Amino acid sequence: MNGGDEGAESAAQASPPQPLEWKFSQVFGERTAGEEVQEVDIISAIEFDKTGDHLATGDRGGRVVLFERTDTKDHGGSRRDLERMDYSTSRHPEFRYKTEFQSHEPEFDYLKSLEIEEKINKIRWCQTANGALFLLSTNDKTIKFWKVQEKKVKKIADMNVDPSKAVGNGNVASSSNNVSPKPYLANGGSPSKEVYAHAHDYHINSISNNSDGETFISADDLRINLWNLEISNQSFNIVDVKPANMEDLTEVITSAEFHPTHCNMLAYSSSKGSIRLIDLRQSALCDSHAILFEEQEAPGSRSFFTEIIASISDIKFAKDGRHILSRDYMTLKLWDINMDSGPVATFQVHEYLRPKLCDLYENDSIFDKFECCLSGDGLRVATGSYSNLFRVFGCAPGSTEATTLEASKNPMRRQVQTPSRPSRSLSSITRVVRRVDTNGNSFDFTTKLLHLAWHPTENSIACAAANSLYMYYA
Amino acid sequence: MAMVDEPLYPIAVLIDELKNDDIQLRLNSIRRLSTIARALGEERTRKELIPFLSENNDDDDEVLLAMAEELGVFIPYVGGVEHAHVLLPPLETLCTVEETCVRDKAVESLCRIGSQMRESDLVDWYIPLVKRLAAGEWFTARVSACGLFHIAYPSAPDILKTELRSIYTQLCQDDMPMVRRSAASNLGKFAATVEPAHLKTDIMSIFEDLTQDDQDSVRLLAVEGCAALGKLLEPQDCVAHILPVIVNFSQDKSWRVRYMVANQLYELCEAVGPEPTRMDLVPAYVRLLRDNEAEVRIAAAGKVTKFCRILNPELAIQHILPCVKELSSDSSQHVRSALASVIMGMAPVLGKDATIEQLLPIFLSLLKDEFPDVRLNIISKLDQVNQVIGIDLLSQSLLPAIVELAEDRHWRVRLAIIEYIPLLASQLGVGFFDDKLGALCMQWLQDKVYSIRDAAANNLKRLAEEFGPEWAMQHIIPQVLEMINNPHYLYRMTILRAISLLAPVMGSEITCSRLLPVVINASKDRVPNIKFNVAKVLQSLIPIVDQSMVEKTIRPCLVELTEDPDVDVRFFATQAIQSIDHVMMSS
Repeated sequence: MNGGDEGAESAAQASPPQPLEWKFSQVFGERTAGEEVQEVDIISAIEFDKTGDHLATGDRGGRVVLFERTDTKDHGGSRRDLERMDYSTSRHPEFRYKTEFQSHEPEFDYLKSLEIEEKINKIRWCQTANGALFLLSTNDKTIKFWKVQEKKVKKIADMNVDPSKAVGNGNVASSSNNVSPKPYLANGGSPSKEVYAHAHDYHINSISNNSDGETFISADDLRINLWNLEISNQSFNIVDVKPANMEDLTEVITSAEFHPTHCNMLAYSSSKGSIRLIDLRQSALCDSHAILFEEQEAPGSRSFFTEIIASISDIKFAKDGRHILSRDYMTLKLWDINMDSGPVATFQVHEYLRPKLCDLYENDSIFDKFECCLSGDGLRVATGSYSNLFRVFGCAPGSTEATTLEASKNPMRRQVQTPSRPSRSLSSITRVVRRVDTNGNSFDFTTKLLHLAWHPTENSIACAAANSLYMYYA
Repeated sequence: MAMVDEPLYPIAVLIDELKNDDIQLRLNSIRRLSTIARALGEERTRKELIPFLSENNDDDDEVLLAMAEELGVFIPYVGGVEHAHVLLPPLETLCTVEETCVRDKAVESLCRIGSQMRESDLVDWYIPLVKRLAAGEWFTARVSACGLFHIAYPSAPDILKTELRSIYTQLCQDDMPMVRRSAASNLGKFAATVEPAHLKTDIMSIFEDLTQDDQDSVRLLAVEGCAALGKLLEPQDCVAHILPVIVNFSQDKSWRVRYMVANQLYELCEAVGPEPTRMDLVPAYVRLLRDNEAEVRIAAAGKVTKFCRILNPELAIQHILPCVKELSSDSSQHVRSALASVIMGMAPVLGKDATIEQLLPIFLSLLKDEFPDVRLNIISKLDQVNQVIGIDLLSQSLLPAIVELAEDRHWRVRLAIIEYIPLLASQLGVGFFDDKLGALCMQWLQDKVYSIRDAAANNLKRLAEEFGPEWAMQHIIPQVLEMINNPHYLYRMTILRAISLLAPVMGSEITCSRLLPVVINASKDRVPNIKFNVAKVLQSLIPIVDQSMVEKTIRPCLVELTEDPDVDVRFFATQAIQSIDHVMMSS
């Protein structure tokens, strides 16, 4: 909430910014026609770091893949040779494959007879130091802290890979054909710096760093724990919504995030569609929230699905810290933390699906957890949808911008008229649902775009369609 | 390797091993750094080894940590204090790494070296280093810089001093909370080296900035600064500048800051002196005792005795005691527990009358608390209150509490009370003990949990030590020996354990006449576990009884056991016999 941002906002109020013209930038791990998607390659988390110079993705196979930006000049000495290469002088962010490592492995909890998937649920970047990158990754139970550092290789690799080939179009899923030609490597193979385990009885849905640079939270269905990055053997429970009797359970935590600048504030969302903002200063155990953000449902509109579609799948603070964006099944909502009576803006994402809720319930699609993101300037919001589509809305007052894009090389193609791939490639997924709506558009409920991230400073979006990472700019 | 010149060999090995893929080898060679330096001689250490180490900063954190530590004591190997500055470059690099413990160690080593360096060298080498780190690109360098100012500052010329102070001011306003935290936690050390004139101006303004930082984690550390700075300032300045800050902190929005105040209050009171404490800090402390956050009340309750000691009894009775009364029925068991662990200490401060009138009811209600930890904490500090109100008053209420704890369903609680029994025994005296507690001690020998039975056996030994063998002969031994006939072998084993513990206390005569026959008898037990424990006990009795007794009674019994069908019994019996032979050989 600094002066500069407010200035930008008031300027925006005068005349809403023009809708953006989105263009395709890059794709990593694009499938060739007819190629089957391996379950383990499906991307399950995307996150830009604070500077926007790095991008991380996590997949269901427990791998974390890092990309680095190539179009900026201020990379420092170690990347001097990069600059010598002939890069296009385009102004939009471009990334190249940097490294990858196996973050989580499948495990079995013998005490509870539970399989623990290796799937990466969330990735969060931490403060960079000395050019080493730090990030947190989590699966359902265990959070790990990674340091990725460029190290001098004692023996120069004798393979002579043409650097230009390694740039821009690497395959996310495989590493062998993408060896970095430079005389350093990332320490992806070494064990993680810290492992924060055994603190969650339920599945972890979020992790979030504090602005103090030394703590972070992890949230599962019923509890939120606070950790110090340097202490992995203890955490403090700060929110516990578990009722004394589990039969009384009516609401679970779906997502949690720290305020970007105020170290004491954190917001969490619930399956009932409410967001709670709590102040860690008030009490050690913050079960009683500070402010509750909730929209009153219209009387009489209640149905069997009301509560299911109200469940918030993701919340994000805007960079200014004043707004919170939330995604439920049907809409995106933008909240002002100074106004708890209702959202300042609501964007319809899936309104056309309302007549089909029954089908969606039957094939479990109604429980899909779509993520949402805000642009760095806070003027636009984006979220994913089915058929590999994602939508961008202008949220500046007066803006009517509402763009639908497809995660493909031709994003403005919008709705797909024919299946892009033969359906046999979906054989691994049992229920294939493909319906044509009243406008004649088909929606493929199995190709859903759940994960996406907006570059912190530029108009650039990275989104995941199955195993492919698509990047767009405007 | 054969080609290498003889004198080059050690460094060649070192460099070789430092490049080794095996981290253990690299660690070993770093740990041998001083040996290698000695082999190389001072000059080559300066010219070859140190520059080499300066470049070798890309290693595992563990190796870097070892290097940072070794370099701190390296002055003798580089040719003494006049060459100490050559050690600065490698440590400077280590001050910038990402791993906190490596940086901390490097800073520690730099401080150690800096405190030995000559003044002119400090100006030529050390201060530029501090300035470079403070202007470092990454926060890691700036974090490290904060810890070096107190070494650099005293020997700096005036103009540099001014610069250093302004650099420190900048560090306290750094964008990174990590840097501000480091600046806040090192402020006290730095302030101690700054001249009084600047202390009141520069340092106090830095301090005021930190106390208003919007990061809770920075303000937390500023609380500690209050005590450190307070000790440096003149009393009236302290009251004028530090006291308002403390009072403000005690009402901070963040419970973590208030918790720090509660925790540090005693030190803070020392800093501001007794008079302002009475005037201003008593109300602040009372607020903390009534804070709505349990964590803060826990910290405050834990300091109640220490705080009362600096007050006069009237003030304590008037202001603090009412709060203590409230806390004794606090909704949080942890608050009550914290209170229970210190409340006994208040008795000497308040004096006998106030204790009996005011403190005793609180104390009795805590003794009946539903939460065992609270009761245990009271009992553990019994000696303190005993001195003031005497045991008679206590014993009536004490006994039910002890009996209840002794039968608590959590074995850890039972264990805790057993451990206090010898203390209680010494406080309460033989007479009281015999009537009430003796039976309990025997009962524990038959507890379901091994740890309790074991502790009970130990307890008997300590009681025997406390009251002497004669008393034990009357009140412990008969009951214990009776239990050797218990149908359950685990209980018989406990008795064997008790015998082996009691024997050294009881002395040779009683051991021979009373204990030994029982043990010998037990060697006929039908359970092998008992039999090999008999062998073990007999072995432990060898040094206690006479040589003739060993030969006459113990050896035959052991010989018999060596022919036992059970392998373990034979093993321990053989071991015991060997031990007898060994004693005979040496005597």
